[in-house]
Amino acid sequence: MAQTALAGVKVLEYAQMVSGPYCSKLLADLGAEVIKIEEPGVGDEARRREPFPNDIPHPEKSGLFLYLNSNKLGITLNLQTTTGRAIFEELIKGTDVLIEDNRPSAMKELRMDYESLAEVNPRLIMASITPFGQTGPYRDYKAYPLNSYHGSGSASILADIVPGEIERPVKGGGYLGDYDSGLCAAAAVVGALYRRLFTGVGQHIDVSKQEALLSLERVEIGRYAMGDSRSTVSVQRMVGGLHRCKDGYVVITIPMQHQWEALAKLIGKPEWIKEESYKDEFARAAHAEELNARIGEWMINHTKDESYHRGQELSCPIGAISTAEELLNSEQLKARDFFMEVDHPKIGRVKFPAAPYRFSKTPWRLERPAPLLGEHNEEIYRRRLGYTKEDLVRMRAAGTI
Amino acid sequence: MERTLLHGIRVADFTWAWAGPYGTMLLALMGAEVIKIESSSRLDHTRVRSLAAGPGFVGPDHAWIFNELNLNKLSINLDLSQPKAVELAKKLVKVCDVAVQNFRAGVMDRLGLGYSSLKEVKPDIIMLSSSAVGGTGPERQYVGFAPTFSALGGLAYLTGFPDGPPIPVMGSADLRSATTAVFAILAAIYHRAVTGEGQHIDMSSRETITALIGESILEYAMNQRSPSRQGNRDEAMAPHNCYPCRGENKWVSIAVDTEEEWQALCQVMGNPHWAEEERFSDAYARWHNQEELDRLIAEWTIDYTHYEVMERLQKVNVAAVPSFRGNELFNDPHLKERGFSEVVEHPLMGKRTVVGPPWKLSSTPARVSRHSPLLGEHNHYVFGELLGLSEEEVERLVEEKVIY
Repeated sequence: MAQTALAGVKVLEYAQMVSGPYCSKLLADLGAEVIKIEEPGVGDEARRREPFPNDIPHPEKSGLFLYLNSNKLGITLNLQTTTGRAIFEELIKGTDVLIEDNRPSAMKELRMDYESLAEVNPRLIMASITPFGQTGPYRDYKAYPLNSYHGSGSASILADIVPGEIERPVKGGGYLGDYDSGLCAAAAVVGALYRRLFTGVGQHIDVSKQEALLSLERVEIGRYAMGDSRSTVSVQRMVGGLHRCKDGYVVITIPMQHQWEALAKLIGKPEWIKEESYKDEFARAAHAEELNARIGEWMINHTKDESYHRGQELSCPIGAISTAEELLNSEQLKARDFFMEVDHPKIGRVKFPAAPYRFSKTPWRLERPAPLLGEHNEEIYRRRLGYTKEDLVRMRAAGTI
Repeated sequence: MERTLLHGIRVADFTWAWAGPYGTMLLALMGAEVIKIESSSRLDHTRVRSLAAGPGFVGPDHAWIFNELNLNKLSINLDLSQPKAVELAKKLVKVCDVAVQNFRAGVMDRLGLGYSSLKEVKPDIIMLSSSAVGGTGPERQYVGFAPTFSALGGLAYLTGFPDGPPIPVMGSADLRSATTAVFAILAAIYHRAVTGEGQHIDMSSRETITALIGESILEYAMNQRSPSRQGNRDEAMAPHNCYPCRGENKWVSIAVDTEEEWQALCQVMGNPHWAEEERFSDAYARWHNQEELDRLIAEWTIDYTHYEVMERLQKVNVAAVPSFRGNELFNDPHLKERGFSEVVEHPLMGKRTVVGPPWKLSSTPARVSRHSPLLGEHNHYVFGELLGLSEEEVERLVEEKVIY
């Protein structure tokens, strides 16, 4: 078996829904051992979120949970109990990285804040992914993914992309912003692991979802910082952009001269290339309305696949606005084995995205599906921590695990 | 010297546009020495006049978008269409740990700078190649920018309102791809530190986007149904939307999950009669009647500023956060206290306020340490000090337009 990039790294996850679990999934997929802590009898909130096979909700059958928790081990532990916290401390001693997403004040009350845990294990790297970060007046404010997206300024920027078409700010599709925060944290975690090879000590990584998200709009926001209140995207009036086809939409982005020429050829208007009034991006922008009307005429008479492939053959950057079904059927994605089949004891065999990167030496791999609730209690508590069978029975009865 | 996360790591940065440069900038914010290889013969397109840069554009060293995406880096000139320049680039790679590029698949190989060539001069080099749809497969020659990544990644189809067009997510799609690249590069750096082994990473930008909507793929895989646009709505929560507030184009987002949150919201709204009606009596009923529910809540929010709504609802543990516009972020007391932005002094553009690093690290803080480089600003340091060329040699190469 090929080796993995993060072999030997031990991660503990005390997080729910998307951000924290996605962060540790990224680590698990590259070979880290991730132990996920869930509340006894209840489990991660994501277990109650769609999709479910045949739309029948079942805590072991959530597609969201399956995607975000593959390759992890799962245990149940009640951290509101003294015994639960003692066990948590034992686990922390053998942990390299803790990923958590709880209110800063709640972590402090449980003596699970970084300062307290670093006393138990100075090598610990702790990543806290919360709506507003560990400091500042909003640090304990509540925010669901919707609120985080809007609070970052990103929702108003999305609304500006299609001016006049929509009247209010809108969040990114799905759980976009929460995935972003998890990804952002994962990068810092691996950076801290690298650093620790030289120093031997860990540190605390404070990720505010608000900041992780607004960083992705740093160019737009930078424009505002300099007093320009117009958004780039709405002042662009770009030639190309969103166009309706026979069967959906495509998006065309042609900032460079040769790309504009490729588009002119694609839609049968090669004479545009020599036209003085279309000579550069600014000149064309002055005629955006009429040019887009002509481009639109061609697009509406072709399918998005025709526009995409024929355009790309001429090196014109066109993208088909694709559905999940179209992605699963894409020849390109099939050729790259982007979708991997997972076999889950309750769900059966389904496909989901593997990883967008192909490492030549340390490949992404799928070792196990997402854990059932408490699936690895025996393994972790008995074999790893040395509790007896009787201990486990008593802890289960007491609601500790 | 202050210790940083990536102290001692040197990066040969062959990237351009947005997706590549933001990734290497994140490495530079973490403390890596990032050397950008550029040329007057083929300027990074964020250095040239464009609609995005705006009408006030002066020249390649005044490009504000370039500045946003290339902070902390060093810059050298090399015209890679010349064999001598390619040799110098290889010499540079020899003293680097990481090489990053985002040309169309195959371009680096044609230049003689593909992974196999770089590996010859530096056996443990880590190289990441980022392209629109990846370096393999029938469409590997296809090109794209952020909006096409979000289109082909499946995100654009999911973003927007049910009765409106899909929204192709623009520049931020590139920055998502860049963040993914950084995660992969750091994993490879960690692996190399442990085992001594370098490697090549082939990354597809459209795939980086699909990875962020995994559950929508599972929806199709499980139920043969492609999810579509839901605006601000949720599959189970209601209210769950953004609502108009006092002032021009001011909005607040409110999301309610539990019964306690609903009761608290009602209380803050002054327990209106409608809230007691049967159509809003439980979570299921509220979800089914959310259009009417949203209209009624909007009648309440419109009398308050978005900040007032946030403060009043957060006090009772209800998730309410303004939908900020970019300019508001700079005056927000919370963000101000956390210091999310920094001022950087650019020698030609003067003081620029820029967004800082996306993480706060307790012992090795990431930080903005310098402005984006002027074109070729570090030729002397890199060719002279790092590569050991004499001043005469450098001058000759400048005359030959190798260093150009």
